[in-house]
Amino acid sequence: MAQYAVLIYERVPPEELPKEIMDRHLGLPELIASKGGKVTAGLALQPNETATAIRGDLVTDGPFVETKEVLAGVYLLEARDLDHALACAKLTPVVDGGVEVRPLIDFQVVPD
Amino acid sequence: MLAATVRVSRDLDEAEEAVQDAYLQALERWARDGVPDRPGAWLTTVARRTALNGVRHREVLRRKLPLLVEPEAAEPPEPAGPIPDDRLRLVFTCCHPALAQEAQIALTLRLVCGVATADIAHAFLVPEPTMAARITRAKKKIAAASIPYAVPAAADLPARVSVVLTVVHLLFSAGHTAPTGTDLVRAELTARALDLARMLRALLPSDTEVAGLLALLLVHQARLRTRTDAAGRLLRLEDQDRARWDAELIAEAEGLVVEALKSGPPGRFSVQAAIAALHAQAPSYAETDWPQILTLYDVLLGLWPSPVVALNRAVALSMVDGPAAALAEVARLESDGRLAGYRYLPATKADLLHRLGRDAEAAEAYRAALELSDNAVEQEFLAARLVSV
Repeated sequence: MAQYAVLIYERVPPEELPKEIMDRHLGLPELIASKGGKVTAGLALQPNETATAIRGDLVTDGPFVETKEVLAGVYLLEARDLDHALACAKLTPVVDGGVEVRPLIDFQVVPD
Repeated sequence: MLAATVRVSRDLDEAEEAVQDAYLQALERWARDGVPDRPGAWLTTVARRTALNGVRHREVLRRKLPLLVEPEAAEPPEPAGPIPDDRLRLVFTCCHPALAQEAQIALTLRLVCGVATADIAHAFLVPEPTMAARITRAKKKIAAASIPYAVPAAADLPARVSVVLTVVHLLFSAGHTAPTGTDLVRAELTARALDLARMLRALLPSDTEVAGLLALLLVHQARLRTRTDAAGRLLRLEDQDRARWDAELIAEAEGLVVEALKSGPPGRFSVQAAIAALHAQAPSYAETDWPQILTLYDVLLGLWPSPVVALNRAVALSMVDGPAAALAEVARLESDGRLAGYRYLPATKADLLHRLGRDAEAAEAYRAALELSDNAVEQEFLAARLVSV
């Protein structure tokens, strides 16, 4: 199985997420498992205002990259291939935004 | 051969190397032992064996390391898809929507059509190293993101076929009117696109849009050699020698169009093909069935609301309701702004103005079109029109 990070970008702050969406988040690992994928870890991030960026010695308030959508959470997904990963990631509940699917570097593979 | 090999290696670069290696082995062995009965099969077998050795080598390396992840099976299972064809798998891999469309076209040209990277770079008007880097990046994404080497499942096929058809259509268009350069046509590209369309047709015989695209390309191909005169100058549709159109290709296209239109609601390629076929059937430009073409453009605009389609519809409108009605449409498109920089807009406008006797304005529009064209043959045509108004 290949590994992917699914990055959830959301314009709605976590405390304002509708209950229905929160419930779907909680049920996501099970839903993905029923599609043959596997969620191996998940992180929900506090809002952008709580972020601190460090660049060299410079410490500044706010996230590293400002976008209209905010990186709200990440989960790790195991899937057969990109098509399977995309099919699983499409199940992520999002109010206003979307998700980004990133393949992870497989450190176990030694290049010839 | 590449398609059959990549199924074993699951890595495009490795598969390409294995194929090259097989050719080298062939040079040596065939010179010594003679050419085998089935040279193609021989080469494929050798390339696949080389690729398999590479895979096994990687597997051994993996086993020697402490593993946190399950290794993949050494022999990948035969991919199960609706169509068991290696070339088509390769086409669908190259045309995966996760790749940029330009990369999709470039990869299809490189890996399915075997066009050299230098020629692809030329077609895209970028330096060769730039194109080589783009192709490498796309191949890397296929490997890193595990884009499957497979024809998508039946349920996903319609959405993915449309990407493939768009790429094949763009390939043909790039050959039909080269964006730049001294020749109007790049026959190599149109021939490759036609090959691909025929291949898709053989593999997806019941897909009406595949039939539509093939028909569309066939009509354009049938008329290709009459688009320029003996001196290489561009000829308009109305000035072309219809006797020199390839009747056989047109007949084949007509059969496909009828089939596509009979079997359900038409898609955009089927409608475009129907329009092209009507043009091809007409004994002369004036005797073209313009009202029916206009109706088809209305259908097409509903399916594919593109300003380019609207511009082509305006030309048909000018033949039905006169140039003044069409000019109003063109003016509307001009103010819309999406076609700014599209050379056929001022060229069409110029022609309509000329037909209305407003030659000073026509000349102005021809000058604008001339400024937007990068193809020498087109420039010469526009310059000649400019002089004549």
